[in-house]
Amino acid sequence: MTSIRLIVDGRQVADEVEPRTLLVQYLREQLGKTGTVIGCDTSNCGACTVHLNGRSVKSCNVLAVQADGGEVTTIQGLAPAGELHPVQEAFREWHGLQCGYCTPGMIMQAVDLLNENPSPSEEAVRAGLEGNLCRCTGYHNIVAAVRHASELMANRQPVGSGADA
Amino acid sequence: MIPAAFDYVAPTTLDEALASLSAHRDDVKILAGGQSLLPVLRMRLNEPGLLIDLGRIESLRGIRDDGDALVIGAMTTHHDVSASALVQEHALLISEAMTHLADPQVRHRGTFGGALSHADPAGDLCAPALALGATFVIASAGGSRTVDAGSFFTGLFETAIGEDEILAEVRIPKHTDWGARYEKFVQIAYQWSIVGVAATVQVEGGLFAAARVGLTNMGIVPLRAEATESSLVGQPATAETIAAAAALAADGTNPPSDLNGDADYRRHLARVLTGRALRAASGVA
Ligand SMILES: Cc1cc2nc3c(=O)[nH]c(=O)nc-3n(C[C@H](O)[C@H](O)[C@H](O)COP(=O)(O)OP(=O)(O)OC[C@H]3O[C@@H](n4cnc5c(N)ncnc54)[C@H](O)[C@@H]3O)c2cc1C
Ligand code: FES
Ligand code: FES
Repeated sequence: MTSIRLIVDGRQVADEVEPRTLLVQYLREQLGKTGTVIGCDTSNCGACTVHLNGRSVKSCNVLAVQADGGEVTTIQGLAPAGELHPVQEAFREWHGLQCGYCTPGMIMQAVDLLNENPSPSEEAVRAGLEGNLCRCTGYHNIVAAVRHASELMANRQPVGSGADA
Repeated sequence: MIPAAFDYVAPTTLDEALASLSAHRDDVKILAGGQSLLPVLRMRLNEPGLLIDLGRIESLRGIRDDGDALVIGAMTTHHDVSASALVQEHALLISEAMTHLADPQVRHRGTFGGALSHADPAGDLCAPALALGATFVIASAGGSRTVDAGSFFTGLFETAIGEDEILAEVRIPKHTDWGARYEKFVQIAYQWSIVGVAATVQVEGGLFAAARVGLTNMGIVPLRAEATESSLVGQPATAETIAAAAALAADGTNPPSDLNGDADYRRHLARVLTGRALRAASGVA
């Protein structure tokens, strides 16, 4: 077992883990953060996307020990309890989901994309979501939701500074 | 799927990493970004007893200007390489290849040195490194040695890195003001190259002064399209010159046949993509 200490959704945690524990397993099974889901066995689908030290990663393809000393944000830490992040709001308003399985990962990746490029073109949204697969929506409304979120965020400056720091 | 159990160390210096490596050499794997290794461990295609994580060795990260070359630390992420103005200016071919590599999440974790050490025949960085004449600085407890790109890739997923060695950095000779393009043909649901072509050219006074063309997935190691390169040099930078040169792109290659395409199909792709890459790299319509 190896000791790890990290900040998850703003809270300091310390645990003993087997080195082979995947970050996604640690989040779900040890911390109960079941908002982050597993959609594939090949690291292709992006459903497990979280932020590690401010950048999006596929948490099925990172070891928990690699995150030691770092900061993780999951879909559950994106906004304060009872509130929605503008990207969550936009996905709801623009029907950016059907079954919702890909949604936590889509939203975390969309937030990363908007952090880097606050007003992306449609093409840039599609490229930014290249590592996230959705088997329901056909992507059209997801892209629309992300572009709408970018407008919401521009009109509400300064937003996002706290939630994803 | 979960990997088989292993021990884990995360040294903070290259010397410590090399010492652990030589102490455990038969049963150890180096962990860089983990974007190729962790899927392999999860499928249990490999069950090392120890992982040595290079992620905490700061000296292996970063890009610096070293006179006539750029030096890219092995642990520099794909994201940082693609965001680098130095790379854009002096090794545009690498920046070009990065725009087609994997997805943003994988680019945040995967490393330049990891991708080259992995030496996947469908990997997108090997052919550009070969085309640019990169040299590889490989460290061991005894010191370090330099291997040129022509001798670095030795086989399928095999390189010149010995079992007690670590790739520390990669030197890329500057190709300032060279045009460049990476053309990649993929199966749509999947980002890996069926064939990729990495072309970089220097055009002076309307003539091709120099040209380098690397091929991805046209053999078990990355290859140079040498006949194409030599037919360009000294010729006018026109669509006709490029068409004639591109027709030679598959000469001397030995592409695989698999579910994504047979060898003949790959030879065809190599010729078509070489034409596209050369036109874009040289600005010829
Ligand atoms: C979904 C997905 C899509 C991808 N798509 C593409 C793509 O389109 N094109 C592409 O080129 N790649 C692609 N990749 C692979 C990606 O580029 C990896 O980042 C890269 O192949 C390995 O880099 P890494 O740092 O993650 O290395 P790791 O996975 O940590 O290591 C890979 C191998 O290299 C060895 N190694 C690593 N670093 C060193 C070193 N410094 N010295 C000695 N040995 C070392 C390791 O022991 C291991 O055997 C994809 C990966 C995923 C998960
Ligand atoms: S579960 Fe991580 S990418 Fe599919
Ligand atoms: S909404 Fe069902 S997978 Fe995307």
